[in-house]
Amino acid sequence: MFRRSQEDSRKPVEIFVEGEPVVAREGDTVSAALLASGIDARRATAVSEALRLPYCMMGVCFDCLVTVDGVGNRQGCLVPVRPGMRIEIQKGKREIGR
Amino acid sequence: MTAQGPKREEYDVAIIGAGPAGLAAAALCARSHLSTLLLDENPGPGGQVWRAITSTPVTVKSRLGEDYWEGARLVKEAQDSGAEIVQGATVWSLDREREIGISVSGGSRFIRARRVIVATGALERPFPIRGWTLPGVMTAGAAQTMLKSSAIVPDGPTVMAGTGPLLWLLAAQILRLGGRIDLILETTERGNYWRALPHAPAFLASPYLLKGLAMMREVRRKVRVVRGVIDITASGDGRVESATYSAGGRAETVAVDLLLLHQGVVPNVNLAMAAGVKHRWDEVQLCFVPLLDRSFASSIVGIAVAGDGAGIGGVLSAVARGRIAARAAVEALKPDAIANAPPMAELHAALARADRGRAFLNVLFQPPRQFRMPQGDTIVCRCEEVTAEEILDSVAIGATGPNQLKAYHRTGMGPCQGRLCGLTVTELMAQARGKSPEEIGYYRLRPPVKPITLAELASLPKTELATRAVVRG
Ligand code: FES
Repeated sequence: MFRRSQEDSRKPVEIFVEGEPVVAREGDTVSAALLASGIDARRATAVSEALRLPYCMMGVCFDCLVTVDGVGNRQGCLVPVRPGMRIEIQKGKREIGR
Repeated sequence: MTAQGPKREEYDVAIIGAGPAGLAAAALCARSHLSTLLLDENPGPGGQVWRAITSTPVTVKSRLGEDYWEGARLVKEAQDSGAEIVQGATVWSLDREREIGISVSGGSRFIRARRVIVATGALERPFPIRGWTLPGVMTAGAAQTMLKSSAIVPDGPTVMAGTGPLLWLLAAQILRLGGRIDLILETTERGNYWRALPHAPAFLASPYLLKGLAMMREVRRKVRVVRGVIDITASGDGRVESATYSAGGRAETVAVDLLLLHQGVVPNVNLAMAAGVKHRWDEVQLCFVPLLDRSFASSIVGIAVAGDGAGIGGVLSAVARGRIAARAAVEALKPDAIANAPPMAELHAALARADRGRAFLNVLFQPPRQFRMPQGDTIVCRCEEVTAEEILDSVAIGATGPNQLKAYHRTGMGPCQGRLCGLTVTELMAQARGKSPEEIGYYRLRPPVKPITLAELASLPKTELATRAVVRG
């Protein structure tokens, strides 16, 4: 779906998605790193468990919700990656405003 | 790098949003010796149009276009001005007393300002087609965000659909970075050209025309473009696999991996509305805009709205509006420092120049009705998964407006708080009830305008004001 341009010379940053190492780049948001990695990052909605991927990448749609370092419902498109960060894909739990 | 919260409790001016308007306003206020706080939700300044301007990995300047790099100058101006700039700060409430609820790095607090300039910009107009919730369907703006901040480009079979200048700009940027676009589905109605004609003279004299034409030529050399598209459906099992469209009396289905949608941008009104700022329906831009005076002051004393949040005007207009609102703040709070600011007449002249040609674009790129008011089982509210026919059924049994509708379907009550369905719901209900969108109105919005956690609420300092602000919500 997406790939990184060769022009990108930023430093690699290792993060963990569902326990597996994934190489992101410094300055990526979590959602950008997930989409560029090609792994299946679809989350399931709380209402019907329909699968979703990020839609807006600017903090509006909430289709990018992920668990970051144990904290649920973070908007992946707004959170920058940090080395060693642990990401879990959310499957249908409604925990907004928890 | 962890985000730090604001250093003080009180400021002369707080500006919300570090896009063109917010940056320009912050620089002018701080240079005029007002204590100035600029809050922004993103990791870096620039807003949407100059997103990642301080960090983009795209180093070959021509790829993003010269207009993008203009942003660097204004960012520097704001940084050098003495304004306190806080990134990663989500503003979730604003009230009439100009108390602002902020969430930074998972912690919340309140600050106060004597003046507030809301510069929350624009977001993409809802584009509710069948299948628009499928993974692999995204806004054009989303693809542009990834391109600017991470040099990530579409790779598999990619279709772009919709109308408006951003569609062409994004297509050009993707192609320049070696990304893939297979097809562009243009939805601009032919009738719009005739209706826009009276506004053509000003447009011809504006820089938009030549830039726009050059970009369209650049894209058309490489990508197939289908015009006059009147219907689009995305389909697939668990993700988008194909797009079906009709144009010129024929339907066609193409395989897609990524479908990028765009039909213009509309003001991001949530914060201003939740604060109680009065809005009106704009018949040409087909959206709600705040009621403002010539200095962009709103119906609430001490709160101004600048930039695209005040009605879509584009980047140069946003800069001019930000400066006008900022100058008004200086006039009110520190009249003896006003000599540092450019004269109001000069700022208004810059605004008039920036707005030249806009009326033509407003009419030309008005999105077609069927893409604003969908039918049948097309999802309107993405958060609560409510369809167009469910909304119309509710109207039939008595729902009179967006707020009554909530009782039937929870529309607008999900985490996006109506940002992706509000305009669709208003127009659908207006049409069904034979009323104007102005009469039907918009969702009544309340803080918090962004979900915050209970833990955050609990960690708030327990001043009386703070408690009141939360409890009232
Ligand atoms: S992708 Fe829309 S909020 Fe993150």
